Amino acid sequence: MKKGKEDLPRRDFMKALASSAGLALAGCGQTEPPTYGHLLRMGDLLTYKAHRLLLPEHALAREYDYGDISSVPAIGTTNPADPARSIYSAEHGPVYEKLLADEFADWKLTVEGSVLRPAAFTLAELKRLPSRTQITRHACEEGWSAICQWTGVPLRSILEAVGLQPGARYVQFHAYDDLADGIDMLDALHPQTILAYGMNGRELPLGHGAPLRLRVETQVGYKSMKFLRRIVVTEHFDDNGSQGAIQNGWSWYAGI
Amino acid sequence: MPAGDAAAGDGATPPQSSGHRAWVRLCHWTIVAGFLALAFTGVMILAVHPRLYWGEVGNDLVPALIEFPLSGNSRPADYGPATLFADVPGAPVTATRDYEHDYFFNENGWGRSLHFLAAWVLVATGLAYLLIGASTGHLWRDLLPRLRELSPSALWRDFRNHLKPQGDDSGGGPPYGLLQKLSYSVVVFVALPLMLLTGLTMAPAVTAGYPLLLDLFGGYQSARTIHFFCFVALVLFLLAHVAMVVATGFRRQIRAMTLGN
Repeated sequence: MKKGKEDLPRRDFMKALASSAGLALAGCGQTEPPTYGHLLRMGDLLTYKAHRLLLPEHALAREYDYGDISSVPAIGTTNPADPARSIYSAEHGPVYEKLLADEFADWKLTVEGSVLRPAAFTLAELKRLPSRTQITRHACEEGWSAICQWTGVPLRSILEAVGLQPGARYVQFHAYDDLADGIDMLDALHPQTILAYGMNGRELPLGHGAPLRLRVETQVGYKSMKFLRRIVVTEHFDDNGSQGAIQNGWSWYAGI
Repeated sequence: MPAGDAAAGDGATPPQSSGHRAWVRLCHWTIVAGFLALAFTGVMILAVHPRLYWGEVGNDLVPALIEFPLSGNSRPADYGPATLFADVPGAPVTATRDYEHDYFFNENGWGRSLHFLAAWVLVATGLAYLLIGASTGHLWRDLLPRLRELSPSALWRDFRNHLKPQGDDSGGGPPYGLLQKLSYSVVVFVALPLMLLTGLTMAPAVTAGYPLLLDLFGGYQSARTIHFFCFVALVLFLLAHVAMVVATGFRRQIRAMTLGN
């Protein structure tokens, strides 16, 4: 997506258009996912709204047996410390390299934003919290699928530990490869939405997002962000700029 | 339109065509636009992972049922070395896709969003068509063949009719020929609903709410494979449909479906 200062007035106009379109579609205001006056984003918003209206809340994605676990490719960023990869952060890549060398002994997940008690969790602290293990199907937007076992802390436990401020509506995830993305509170509080540190009974392998990744079982694969470093709870929708899905041409909601 | 025995009359003068009603014409062209957008983006989406499977699981590290030469994406051999998840032979493996920064075709960003937008258009139009069609009797009167019409000899006769040069006596609109009714009915009542249901089976949020869909089609990848073959059937129908429009007078048929008779 093209960006630049000259686009700003146009983007403000788009936002004004979008909020009126959003109002018409959703009956809400700026706290809704924007459409930027873009036809495809209006379709995405319609799908999101229809899912929230028509689908049962917090229904569990199917869980499988241990014997169903399958082979699974590691795609996208498979090592945030590798500058040769197409997605690499000059700021966070070298930090990740050090953390990786120390087997994530100094790694911390910060949780901040619209929370009552901002906190940072080490891997050991996360592992001491009650865990959830689930064998679920990963569905990639590309069309492939795999069944894997994931072990981690329900995101809900973390959000309860830091305490949500009234008005908290979205949870944003920031990763070491400089990608950022968010989910709404309904998906964030879903019992199967976990911060996973284990995969198939082992430590989460490097290619699959070590040391900690998100699992959102009600959306396609790209929402389950890998290599987490920071979680920010927000009251308003955040498209995360050029780090987010939308400005790279992807739908923010991917339950379909 | 195939000439003749629309009302199973033998050699009798075919009944005068009543033309297409305005709501049928509007639905027809909206569905054409939606279908073309879905077909185009569907091929784009398939090209991102041009392999089909059966069951719940399918990816580059497991064997495919069918592989299409649609893009350079299907290169399982170009993965990094496989790592076993358990120390037993045949255990599931993982491997890293290393050719991503090299060449990887993926236009799914807009492809998927346009696919779903067009699907909304088709679902809305399809529902309107079924509701109006049911309330006006169009579905039963013009579309669904009568059971007693479906004798092998009548079907064979209508098939042979299609091979002859088509006369000018068939109008644009109902009554339709036997095979014509049959093919329209299969598209409206079988292929398009199957397309929608197998499409929804690929949506993680939908199958969380309605896991029955996964059982109905035998899994996520089975649904994807059925979705593809339904697409093939619909494209074959489109080709036959356009061929018959050309054979029975392209200008006249297009006029009948746009301006009415």
